[in-house]
Amino acid sequence: MKTENQKAWFFVLPVLLLVAFNALIPMMTVVNYSVQETFGDNVFFWQGLDWFEQILRSDRFHAALGRQFLFTFLILVIEVPLGIAIALSMPRKGIWVPVCLVLMALPMLIPWNVVGAMWNIFTLPDIGLLGYFLNHVMGIDYDMTQDPLAAWITIVTMDVWHWTSLVVLLSYAGLVSIPDAYYQAAKIDGASNWAVFRFIQLPKMKTVLTIAILLRFMDSFNIYTEPFVMTGGGPGNSTTLLSIDLVKIALGQFDLGPAAAMSLIYFAITLLVSWLFYTLMTKDDLN
Amino acid sequence: MQKRTIVPIVYILFLMLPIYWLVAMSFKTTNEILAGFSLFPQTFTLENYQTIFTDPTWYWGYINSILYVTMNTVISVAVSLPAAYAFSRYRFLGDKQLFFWLLTNRMAPAAVFALPFFQLYSAVGLFDTHLAVALAHCLFNIPLAVWILEGFMRGIPKELDETAFVDGYSFPRFFATIFVPSIKAGVGVAAFFCFMFSWVEMLLAKTLTAVDAKPIAATMTKTASSAGYELGLLAAAGTLTIIPGAIVIWFVRNYIAKGFAMGRV
Repeated sequence: MKTENQKAWFFVLPVLLLVAFNALIPMMTVVNYSVQETFGDNVFFWQGLDWFEQILRSDRFHAALGRQFLFTFLILVIEVPLGIAIALSMPRKGIWVPVCLVLMALPMLIPWNVVGAMWNIFTLPDIGLLGYFLNHVMGIDYDMTQDPLAAWITIVTMDVWHWTSLVVLLSYAGLVSIPDAYYQAAKIDGASNWAVFRFIQLPKMKTVLTIAILLRFMDSFNIYTEPFVMTGGGPGNSTTLLSIDLVKIALGQFDLGPAAAMSLIYFAITLLVSWLFYTLMTKDDLN
Repeated sequence: MQKRTIVPIVYILFLMLPIYWLVAMSFKTTNEILAGFSLFPQTFTLENYQTIFTDPTWYWGYINSILYVTMNTVISVAVSLPAAYAFSRYRFLGDKQLFFWLLTNRMAPAAVFALPFFQLYSAVGLFDTHLAVALAHCLFNIPLAVWILEGFMRGIPKELDETAFVDGYSFPRFFATIFVPSIKAGVGVAAFFCFMFSWVEMLLAKTLTAVDAKPIAATMTKTASSAGYELGLLAAAGTLTIIPGAIVIWFVRNYIAKGFAMGRV
C-alpha cells in the first residue's frame, strides 16, 4: 500500500528540527543538572546519581506522587463513564447538535489560569455562587482554603467541569459513525439497550475512547496551572500535585539538581503509564 | 426520548454556571462584590471593561497572546502538512519510531521544561519575543497537528496523487492546488486544536516573556497580587479571554468531533 521512499525524510525534516530543538536541547539541560551540584556562579560539581536516589527515597516525592495518582484515578473514573453517558444521551442530528457541541467545548478553550481564577471566584465562601449556596443555603461549612477535603472535591469538580467534554466529543464522534442499519438489525433481534451498548456502540467507540483516555491521562498527570491558581497546593500540602511540587523545588527553592532528577523520573512515569494504557487498550486489535 | 435530553441539558447548565458567575462579576463594581452576595449585578457597570480597553498594559496582553497563538498555528500547520503527507504515503527508515517519538513530546509535563526553555531561548536571544512562545508551543502542537492531518490524509485515495502526476503536475503544484484543498476540513481541525492548546497554555508563555511579549495571563496575575483584590477587573479580563476561543470554535463546529475520530493512536 505505502511505497518505500527514503526521500520522505525531507518532508519530515522541518518538523523533526523544530521539535528536536524544543525537546532535545532542554532535555539535555535537565539531564545535565540531574547529575551535578551547584552553589551558584555557574560552578558545577559531578554528583552522579545521588539526586535520583534522594528523590526516589524522599517521603515528599512519594506523597506528591501518591496525590497525583489519586487525582488522575479520580478524574478518569468520573470523566470517562460520565462522558460516555452524556454522549449516548445526545441527539444524533438536528439544529441543537452544533449548539450543544459548541457550548460543551467552551470550557476547553478558556486559558488555564482563567479557569483557576474563575473557580476561585465561583467558590469564594461568602460571595461566590457555589460557596454562598453551600454555606448559606445548604448550611454546609465549606471553605477550600481551610479544609483539605473541600479543596480536593473542588479541584476534582473543576477538572470534571473542564475536561469531561473532551470525552463527550470523542465518544460522540464514534457514535455518529455507526450506520443506522446496525440499530435496525439489533431491533429485529430484540437486543436490550445494554446489549446494543456492549456489542455495537462500545466497540465502535473503542478507538476514540483510547485517544480520550490517553489524552486525559497525560494532561491530568501533568496538570499544574489550574490547581496552582486555585489552592496553591494547599491547605498545607494537601493538593500539592507532582508538577506543583516540581515547580516549588525548581523555581521556589532553586534546587536545580533534585528538580532535574525529579523531572526525569516524572517524565519516565508518564511515558511508562501511557505505554501501559496504550498496550492494554490495543491488545485485542493485534490478535 | 424526552427523559434522555435531560442529561445534556443538565450537563450544559453545570458547564455554564461558573462562566455565568465570571461574566456577572465582570459587570459589578468592586464595592458591590465585596459588600455581599447578589445573583445579578445590582449596579450594572462597564467600568471594568473600560479600564481594560483604555490601559495599554491590559489590551497589549491580548494582542500579544493573539500574535503568538497565530504565529504558532501557522508554523505548526505549515510544517506538519508535508510531514503528515510523508507519514500517510511512504514507508521510510524509522518512520514508526519517529511518529511515536513525536507523540511522546505531547506527554512531557510543561513544568519540566519551564526552566530549560527559559535558558535556551535566552541563549539564542529570543527571550521576550512572540516568536519564542510560538516556537516553544510547537513542542506539543506539531505532534498533534501531524497526528490529526495524517488521519485525514489517509482517507484520500492514493489514486488522486497518481492521476495528478500522470497529468504532468509537479509535486509542489499538486500539493498546493489539489491535495491540501481536498483535506481542508483536516487543516481546519488541526489549526483549531493548535489555536486551542496555544491559547490556553500559560506556564511556558509566562516563563518566556517579560515585557514586550507578555501574555494576558501575566497581566492578570499581576493585578491579582499588586492592586489588592480587584475581582471585577479580573473577571472582566477573564471573560474577554473566552471570546476568541468561542469565535474560533463556531467556525469549526461541524468538524471538531470528526477531527479526533479520524486520528489514530
